[in-house]
Amino acid sequence: MDMNQYLSMFIDESNDHLQSLNESMMGLEANPEDLSIVQVIFRSAHTLKGMAATMGFEDLASLTHQMENVLDLVRNNKLRMQDFIFDTLFKSIDALESMVEDITGGGAGKADVTEIVSSLQAIVRGEVPSAGNASAEVTAAASGNASAAQVFLDEFQYSVLEQSLQEGHQVLYVDVAIRKDCQLKAVRAYMVFDLLERSGEVVKSFPSVQDIEQEKFDYGFSLYYITQKDASEIQKMILNLSEIEAVTAVALDQESLRQMGQDTAAATAEAPAPAPVQEAAPVAAGNASPAASLHSKEENGKAAPARVGGSPSPSRTIRVDIERLDVLMNLFSELLIDRVRLEQLASEVQNGDLTETVEHMGRVSGDLQNIVMKLRMVPVDTVFNRFPRMIRDLAKSLDKKVDLIITGADTELDRTVIDEIGDPLVHLLRNAVDHGIESIADRIAAGKPETGTVQLRAFHSGNHVFIEIEEDGKGIYPKNVLASAVKKGVITQEQAGTMTDDEAYQLLFAPGFSTAEVISDVSGRGVGLDVVKSKISSLGGNVTIYSTPGKGTNFSVQLPLTLSIIAAMLVRLGSEKYAIPLSSIVETGIVKQSQIRTIHGNRMLEFRGSHIPLVSLSKIFSIPDYDESTEEETEIVVVRKGERLVALAVQDFIGQNEIVIKNLGKYLPEVQGISGATILGDGQVALIIDPNAFIK
Amino acid sequence: MAEDIKVIVFKLGTEEYGIEVEKVQTIERMMPITRVPKTYSFIKGVINLRGVVIPVIDLRGRFGIEEAEHTDQTRIIIVNVNEMEVGFIVDSANDVIDLNRDIIDVPPDVVGGIKAKYLDGVAKIGDDRLLIMLNLSEVLNKSEIVQLESLEG
Repeated sequence: MDMNQYLSMFIDESNDHLQSLNESMMGLEANPEDLSIVQVIFRSAHTLKGMAATMGFEDLASLTHQMENVLDLVRNNKLRMQDFIFDTLFKSIDALESMVEDITGGGAGKADVTEIVSSLQAIVRGEVPSAGNASAEVTAAASGNASAAQVFLDEFQYSVLEQSLQEGHQVLYVDVAIRKDCQLKAVRAYMVFDLLERSGEVVKSFPSVQDIEQEKFDYGFSLYYITQKDASEIQKMILNLSEIEAVTAVALDQESLRQMGQDTAAATAEAPAPAPVQEAAPVAAGNASPAASLHSKEENGKAAPARVGGSPSPSRTIRVDIERLDVLMNLFSELLIDRVRLEQLASEVQNGDLTETVEHMGRVSGDLQNIVMKLRMVPVDTVFNRFPRMIRDLAKSLDKKVDLIITGADTELDRTVIDEIGDPLVHLLRNAVDHGIESIADRIAAGKPETGTVQLRAFHSGNHVFIEIEEDGKGIYPKNVLASAVKKGVITQEQAGTMTDDEAYQLLFAPGFSTAEVISDVSGRGVGLDVVKSKISSLGGNVTIYSTPGKGTNFSVQLPLTLSIIAAMLVRLGSEKYAIPLSSIVETGIVKQSQIRTIHGNRMLEFRGSHIPLVSLSKIFSIPDYDESTEEETEIVVVRKGERLVALAVQDFIGQNEIVIKNLGKYLPEVQGISGATILGDGQVALIIDPNAFIK
Repeated sequence: MAEDIKVIVFKLGTEEYGIEVEKVQTIERMMPITRVPKTYSFIKGVINLRGVVIPVIDLRGRFGIEEAEHTDQTRIIIVNVNEMEVGFIVDSANDVIDLNRDIIDVPPDVVGGIKAKYLDGVAKIGDDRLLIMLNLSEVLNKSEIVQLESLEG
C-alpha cells in the first residue's frame, strides 16, 4: 500500500501527540498521584504506537510499546512514579521526537533505542508473558472446548462478565480462525472486532488486541464477548465476513464462568513471591488491550471534569499555504468592492427584496471578512508550548530550581512572525536560566527562595506584540559588562568611561560578547545575543534589557503585527483619505487657530499642560486641495511615540475601521511618513500614515 | 528564421511602442489613482487592482515627454518585470501583433526623444509603421531614476 499520502498526516499527528505527551508528563511530574494524567499519557502513547505500526515505523512502535508497559503498571497502581522513571520516560519521548523528526526529514525513522528500551524493561521487570506463548496457548485452547481455555481473566473482567450474566446478557466465548491464505490478517481481525463492537462489548481477547494489531498472532484468536444476541447469530455474522475459516461461539453460564475465575486465581497464586510487579504482568496484558476499553472509558468519564489543569482538547487543524490565504484575502477585497456597488445600486432601485438581499449579503460578508482576517493569526502558544519542557531539562542539567510562568499564550501574531520567533526566544530563555538564575546555594545566600522564577509574557500593546522574559536572578551589573567588553576589545577604556547603564546593556548584543565566566554547553559561546538581536531586527522588532542588579533581568522583545489587520482612524485631507493606526492615537480634538502658537519658528499647541508640536500633514504631503491654516478651527489627531506626543492637523475624521495593511509594491521608494496602503470599502486605496516618522 | 513573438502595441503621442505579451499582466481602463506624496512626479500613485496595490507611472513623464490629459483611450498596462508589478499609463493600447525577432533592429541613439538604453530595438512593420520595443528592466531601473532626478534637480 502506498503510505506517502498519509505520511504528512502521520507527522502532524505524531507531533501533536508528542507535544501532549510532553505536557502531560510535566503535569504528572508536578502531580505524581494524579492517575487521570497517566490515562491521558497512556492514550497518547497508544495512539502513537498504533499509527507508527500502521505506517511501518517499527522502532517507533516498539519504543512506545515499552513506554506503554511502564505506564500501564503506573495507572493500575502497580508502580509508583519516581524520578528515574520520569527521566527514562522523558528520554523515551526525546527519542520518539528525534525519530519523528527523522521521518519528517525523509528518513526511515530508525534509531538505536536499545538502551532506553532495556531501561524501560528494567522498570517493568517481571515482563509480560511474551505474545508468542499466549497465542500458542490460545491456539491450543481453540481446538479444545471453551471451558478448557487457558484464558486468564482478571478480577475486574471476571466481575464484569458475572454482572452481565446477572443482568441477563449473553456471555460468549468466541473462537475465530482466519484462513491461512489471508493477506492482511490484522485487518480481518479488526473487522471481526468492529463487527462485534457494534452489537456488544469485547471484554477480553487472546492474544491481546495490541498483538493482533501488529499481526503477532497465528491464524486464530479468542475472546470474551457480552451481547444480547445468540451464539449462533454471532457465529453467522462473523462467518459472513470473507476469509474467515471457522467460528465457534459458546455461551457461558455462571458455572463455567466461575470455573474460569478459579483458574485465574489459581494461576495468580502459582506465581512466585515478589508479588506486586509480577502479579501485574497478566493484568498488564489484559488492560493494555482495548478489552479494557470499557474500564478506561469509565475512567475518562470521571476523569475529564476533574482534570482542571490538563491539556486542552487538541485543536483540529489543517495546514494551508500562506499564499493561498493571500489570494483569498485579495479575492475577498474584490467581493467587498462589488458589495459596495451593489449597495449603491440597491439604494437607487428602491426595491424592497433587493435591498433586503443586499443587506443580508453585507452581514455575511462582514462575518466572512472577520474570519479571513483571522486566518493568518496564530496564538503564540504554538511557540510557547515547548518551553516548559526545555526549562525543566535545562534546570535539571544545571542543578537549579526554576519555575516557568507563562502568561498571554493566547496572544495572536502573524504566522510569518510566529515561524521565526522560536529560536530567538529559546536563546533568551536559555540565557535567563543559565546566566540569570543563580545556583540554589547562591540564591539561599542572597536570601531568595530556592526556586527561581522565569516569567514568559506575551501581550498586545499598540501596534506591537511584546514578549517579555523576566527572571528574578542575579541581574546584570553594568560595571562587569563594561569591564568584559573592554577586555574583549569590543570597546576601548575611554568609551567605557562615558557609557550609561543602558548603553552598557546594549553591549550584550554586540557580536562576540558573552558574560559567562565558565563556558557551559547551554549558553555562553558568545554567539548568543547578537544573533537574537539581528533575528528580531530582521522581523522589524526590537529587544531591550531592563535589569536591577541583584534582583533580576527583563528582556523585552517588541514585534510588529506585520502583514496583519489593524484598527485605524480614517481621516480626510481635501480629496484624499489617509489611515492613522489607532494604536498610536492618544486622542482627537478640535483647536482654534488662536490656540496655535509659534515657538522658535515651530508651531506648538498646548496639550494637557505641556506644549506639543503641531504637524501640518497638508504641507508635508503637499495636499493640493486643503490647507488647515485657512480655517478658523482645525481637527487634530494627537499621536504618541513612547513618551512624546505630536498633533497632526487633518481636515475631517471619517471614522474608525479595521484595515488590512498592504505594501506599496517593490517599485516605489520608501516614502517618509507613509508605512503602507490599505483598500477601503469602496475599492479606493488609502495610504497609512506612520506617525512615528513625525516624532524625532 | 528566428522565432515569432507576440507584442502588445500602445501609443504615446504619435509613436508606437511594443511590449512582449508575456510581460503584460492585464490592460485596464483608467481607474481612480491614489496619489502618493513625496515621490517622483512621474509616479502617479497607486491603484487597487483586484486587491493588490500597484504603483502606476506615467510613461510620458518617465520618458520626459510632456504629460497629456487622460482620455477615453487612456489605458493602464500592468506589467510584471523582475517580480515587480507596475502600471504604465499610456495614451492608448489596442493592438496585438506577431513579430519576428529578425526584423527588430538595433535602435538608433535617440528615438522620439527616448534614450536608447530604454529600448530593445526598433521594428519596421508594414510600409510606414515603426514599432519601438521597450526594455522594461531599464525603464523600471530604480537606481537610474535617482540619477535622473539628481541631474534634473
